[in-house]
Amino acid sequence: MLEKEVVYEATLDHDFLDEIYSLPGGKEVKRCIQCGTCSGSCPQGAVMDHAPRKIFSLIRAGFRNEVLGSNTIWFCSSCYSCAVRCPKEIKITDVMYALKRLAIKEGKVTEGRKSAVLSRNFIKMVNKYGRNHETELMTRYIIEADLLNAFNFAPVGLKLFSNGRLPILPHKMKNVDQLRKIIRKVDEMEGI
Amino acid sequence: MKYTYYPGCSVSATANLYQESIDSVLPGLGIELEELDDWNCCGATAYMSVRELLSFAISARNLALAEKYHRDMVTPCSACYLVLNKTNRYCEEYPDIRKKVGQALEAGGLNYSGNIKVRHLLDVVVNDVEKEKIAGTVKKDLSALKVAPYYGCQIVRPEIGLDDPDDPQIMDELIRSVGATCVDYSMKTKCCGASLMGTDEKKALHLCKEILADAERNEAHCIITVCPLCQMNLDIYQSKVNSLFGTKFRIPVIYFTQLIGLAQGKSMKELGLGRLGVKISGEMKKIIEGA
Repeated sequence: MLEKEVVYEATLDHDFLDEIYSLPGGKEVKRCIQCGTCSGSCPQGAVMDHAPRKIFSLIRAGFRNEVLGSNTIWFCSSCYSCAVRCPKEIKITDVMYALKRLAIKEGKVTEGRKSAVLSRNFIKMVNKYGRNHETELMTRYIIEADLLNAFNFAPVGLKLFSNGRLPILPHKMKNVDQLRKIIRKVDEMEGI
Repeated sequence: MKYTYYPGCSVSATANLYQESIDSVLPGLGIELEELDDWNCCGATAYMSVRELLSFAISARNLALAEKYHRDMVTPCSACYLVLNKTNRYCEEYPDIRKKVGQALEAGGLNYSGNIKVRHLLDVVVNDVEKEKIAGTVKKDLSALKVAPYYGCQIVRPEIGLDDPDDPQIMDELIRSVGATCVDYSMKTKCCGASLMGTDEKKALHLCKEILADAERNEAHCIITVCPLCQMNLDIYQSKVNSLFGTKFRIPVIYFTQLIGLAQGKSMKELGLGRLGVKISGEMKKIIEGA
């Protein structure tokens, strides 16, 4: 259920709107005409708390918790169907990414916890080897996010392994130092 | 024709069968690939979900390194294709991002002037190689083989230009160029669930079921794909689809380069086809062996 049913202009959470509008491509959210093409195009629309059209309406009405705590942003699989069809050319998928980042930052990830764990561990792989090591990523992810469900991954892992598709050792890059310098510089710019 | 090659992380692991077929097939089409020296991961969708600027910065390192080759950069992976192109586009559209990415690269002693065109391998094979040339390498008659082209999402969206985002045709043309029969079906650009397969399996399996069912309804012997993640979801997870939904799919999901190789009469082993989760069997095997 929504936390409030009606919100009037004077009581809007303008901070939330401003945060969204200030993102690259974020101000286009103002142009949304609520046509619903995005929701109709979304392969996950039927199972989301709020399909994309409603998310845009909620953003503009300042429902911060409702938006950032919704499963919508984590069920988006980046298929970009909505984004290429939007008549107002809103970069919908990219807004969803921005909402994911905000939700992680504000600790509002609920149903999407596993996706957030996967993303975080993916980044660990890249910072460590410069490349993704799929075998280690899967192992780390299962341990951290889904240990109780580990037996469910076993047949998939075995099938990949028995067909020689799951190497034990990572393929590392040579100059990881250079990559780390770039990463450190971004951390510095973002105050991390 | 020579290109800089950005392989991406998957082709040395879960998609090694893709790389094997690429190595086997491309020289015969006159395509030469020179691997980008010391490339790093593009960041995929995961990086973007946590850190935007960092995602662009690590992706741009590859573009900066590619400039010394003065050639188009080609990748076989749809996610790499999307992310590298997106980095180019955002750096072009948003001066603030361009500036910060530039500063980050500078910290690594690099500079990117924005001149690298990133292309998907399918684009290069279909648009840079003459159809007659591809047809000229065909040794087997695969006209009885019904092939469903699965484009997935990220080569036709969000970058529009390679083909129509909903009803692309370039892979359809390729299937006809190698003499096989192209299956027309409506799920060819619908999402396979991508990384949701790891985090919310049932939802992703549902999406895969819809794609497999539509291909089967249209009597496809196999599906061809252009993306390591799509291939893994539809192939390795096919038995899970069957156990969850009580279906009996046995549809091999192969890379487009493997189809070209089959038409050229190359062996299953050489093309990495022994590594499929759903092996080539039954009618498809008969057609290939009898051709």
